[in-house]
Amino acid sequence: MGRITLENVTKRFGDVEVIPPLNLDIEDGEFVVFVGPSGCGKSTLLRLIAGLEDTSGGQILIDGNDATDTPPARRGLAMVFQSYALYPHMSVRKNIAFPMRMANVDQAEQDRRIAAAAAALNLTDYLDRRPGQLSGGQRQRVAIGRAIVREPAAFLFDEPLSNLDAALRVGMRLEISELHQRLKTTMIYVTHDQVEAMTMADKIVVLRAGHIEQVGSPMDLYRTPRNLFVAGFIGSPKMNLITGPAAADHDATTIGVRPEHIKVSATEGTWKGRIGVSEHLGSDTFFYIEDTGLSETITVRAGGEIDLHHGDTVWLTPDPTKIHRFDAQGDRIA
Amino acid sequence: MARAVSTRTRIGYTAAAWFVALLIFFPILYTIITSLKTEQEAISGFSLIPSFTLSSFEAVQTQNDYWKPFTNSVILSVGSTILALIVAIPAAWAMAFSPTKNTKNILMWMLSTKMMPAVAVLVPIYLIFLRTGLMDTRIGLTVMLMLINLPIVVWMLYTYFREIPGEILEAARMDGASLKDEILYVLTPMAVPGIASTMLLNVILAWNEAFWTIQLTTTNAAPLSAFIASFSSPQGLFWAKLSAASVMAIAPILIMGWFSQKQLVRGLTFGAVK
Amino acid sequence: MATRQTASLARLMRAPAIILLLIWMIVPLGMTLYYSFLNYNLLNPTGTSWAGWFNYQYFYSDPAFFDAIWNTLALVLGVLTITVVGGIAIALLIDKPIFGQGIVRILVISPFFVMPPVAALIWKNMIMHPSYGVFADIARFFGAQPVDWFAQFPLTSIIIIVAWQWLPFATLILLTALQSLDGEQMEAAEMDGAGSLSRFIHLTLPHMARAITVVILIQTIFLLGIYAEILVTTNGGPGNASTNLTYLIYRAARLNFDIGGAAAGGIIAVILANIVAVFLMRAVGKNLD
Ligand SMILES: Nc1ncnc2c1ncn2[C@@H]1O[C@H](COP(=O)(O)OP(=O)(O)OP(=O)(O)O)[C@@H](O)[C@H]1O
Ligand SMILES: [Mg+2]
Repeated sequence: MGRITLENVTKRFGDVEVIPPLNLDIEDGEFVVFVGPSGCGKSTLLRLIAGLEDTSGGQILIDGNDATDTPPARRGLAMVFQSYALYPHMSVRKNIAFPMRMANVDQAEQDRRIAAAAAALNLTDYLDRRPGQLSGGQRQRVAIGRAIVREPAAFLFDEPLSNLDAALRVGMRLEISELHQRLKTTMIYVTHDQVEAMTMADKIVVLRAGHIEQVGSPMDLYRTPRNLFVAGFIGSPKMNLITGPAAADHDATTIGVRPEHIKVSATEGTWKGRIGVSEHLGSDTFFYIEDTGLSETITVRAGGEIDLHHGDTVWLTPDPTKIHRFDAQGDRIA
Repeated sequence: MARAVSTRTRIGYTAAAWFVALLIFFPILYTIITSLKTEQEAISGFSLIPSFTLSSFEAVQTQNDYWKPFTNSVILSVGSTILALIVAIPAAWAMAFSPTKNTKNILMWMLSTKMMPAVAVLVPIYLIFLRTGLMDTRIGLTVMLMLINLPIVVWMLYTYFREIPGEILEAARMDGASLKDEILYVLTPMAVPGIASTMLLNVILAWNEAFWTIQLTTTNAAPLSAFIASFSSPQGLFWAKLSAASVMAIAPILIMGWFSQKQLVRGLTFGAVK
Repeated sequence: MATRQTASLARLMRAPAIILLLIWMIVPLGMTLYYSFLNYNLLNPTGTSWAGWFNYQYFYSDPAFFDAIWNTLALVLGVLTITVVGGIAIALLIDKPIFGQGIVRILVISPFFVMPPVAALIWKNMIMHPSYGVFADIARFFGAQPVDWFAQFPLTSIIIIVAWQWLPFATLILLTALQSLDGEQMEAAEMDGAGSLSRFIHLTLPHMARAITVVILIQTIFLLGIYAEILVTTNGGPGNASTNLTYLIYRAARLNFDIGGAAAGGIIAVILANIVAVFLMRAVGKNLD
């Protein structure tokens, strides 16, 4: 079981309030991703849940029991750190065994769980190496293995993939998702990579300055961002946010249109512009359209084979059903 | 700077460097050579080739009761080092892994105690030792040496501990380790090299200490530094024997010193140069 | 990682070291300060009496005091000059591509591990002795009259001995600093047409400035306390020619049993050392963050 509830959890470092009172419910078995800009308090929140930091106020409940003052060792949670935090003086086997040794699990059971974890994580051949002799991806797997064998109520991940190169990151992302599907254990995952957030999460929590901006499924956040911050944060490339007369036409201070919801044509459309930079990725093409008379350069996503280039004059048409409207406060107009 | 230089330049530099190095090492070398001479050879002019007799070493050990100060040196240097580590390891741990606003000030203050000139407290320490019967006791001097080296020990350990990433200790905590487990199974094994270096340097410093050992001992607790200082006029102990005594006093520490060059830099500069 | 439990435990673990050093610092220093205002001589059976500033005035009016201050300064400055200049030169030399660098390092560093009384004895008897020393042998070889170093140049002799002991320290630290110098930066400067002298002045020296400062300050702390070398060689003489402040205070306390006077001298030594300490703490403190 791994249901985690935060009630008015607050954190101050000295006089600085990093997390204002915050409420959050994490259901058992959910994969929750915390996203937000650097310094917004993602790690702090995770460490509060882990017990590595004391709360300045509020309560943390794990499976309904107050765990606010429980030391980290007895919360039954496992954590995977960005730096992996493997014990450099122990072999991979000893690293994975360490939490079980601390819990006095008997030797046969330890061996069984190590073998299972090593098989699942492709580590069987490396069990007798030291962490220093492993690649980044292998170290990450050891860190995950060490977390799995504890059979924790929930896994906490703090940017676990940010030290890996791009290709490895995609692979590990899939492995962690599979792991979640197999174990069905609660996972809380901190990242500022929004592809990770979109692809892995059951529920995304968008944070800004310690404050929750929106909680919802990835598609909820994509379709109905509650405000400009979430609109700009979720989606890649970023949503076009247009102010001025074009927005006023829709009775809004700002309108947002995602690059994939704008049609490009060489002959006709709503807004006329000129192609600045164009990026041909093969599967897709991104155009950055200038001289539209709108408040900013418009990003457009088009098909991979489209035959338009830098300097061409084009016409843009936003999909009217996919226009997001925001008021002067930046909140979504329903 | 691994740069290609001509072999001739390299030989030139090598010759110059070796010349300087041998010049600096010469007094020690000549002492070693003299210790292997007979007394007669030792005072009959410059010569680099001794007769390789060990008689001076034997004479120092039998006539001058060399082993007592040697034992005292071992006990004092090792004892004071262990005492210092017992006090310093927890302190350095606390300051490295649970720093407070004052940690920096405390460290600076500790450093400042090292700067107090020994002679400034000679009078009270001498009187205290005299009145409490600590004079010329090993226990008194061990505590004394522990206190004068404690700041260096705390500092060195602190700089080593700080290099251990805090996340590893947090990981241990998440893995269910109690504080005892954390220190025993995670911190200590990782800190062993640093603790060993600290120990080595501190033994060297304690072994070579020559102010308090001379002031606070006479015969019973006198270590080698005080024992040798009493030969300032070579009555009954002539050149070869003096050399033999000197060689025995510095040999163990010289060898230890060679192994601790790097730590020496860090320890003696309080981490300011690494 | 600062949770309340760790924080309170940390306090407990820091306490012994702090308390010990606090006692070590306050009690003896307080006693020295107190004694410095007393008429107190261990040979005087009538006991002690309040002396006011007398001990300080006495110390101050004693010609030996000024000799000692002068000798202390000469000793510190002499040794610093030799070790810093020599240290830079030797460090530069060892840093060149030479054969057997490891052994050269070991040879150069060795004098530092020789305990002060042994260093002094070696120089006094093996090297500088007027009849049996190596210097005398060399002088005779050239047909010159051997010099009686400790009688004729007592302070200079001690400066030579102490410089020999500390030259390795300076060399080792400057070498460490030198080896952390960025090779690419040097090569860039060379590409820019900087000659080896201007590279030394504009790149190497500034890079080593911090290490040089540290060497000067740390050595000063130790050099102010030179004692065993003087005890073993000249006993501070002839007259006061090689008496430094430390030795003067030692003599007052241990040979004249003048507790009050020695205490006043001790306080003066503290003030001197503190002036240096302030600078050292700044240099080291910068490195803490
Ligand atoms: N121990 C601390 N003492 C004081 N302030 C802290 C401490 N730890 C974090 N902070 C501050 O709290 C805020 C949140 O930090 P946190 O590490 O949680 O950010 P984050 O969202 O994880 O950022 P990133 O994406 O860069 O990892 C930051 O402004 C940071 O400076
Ligand atoms: Mg973070």
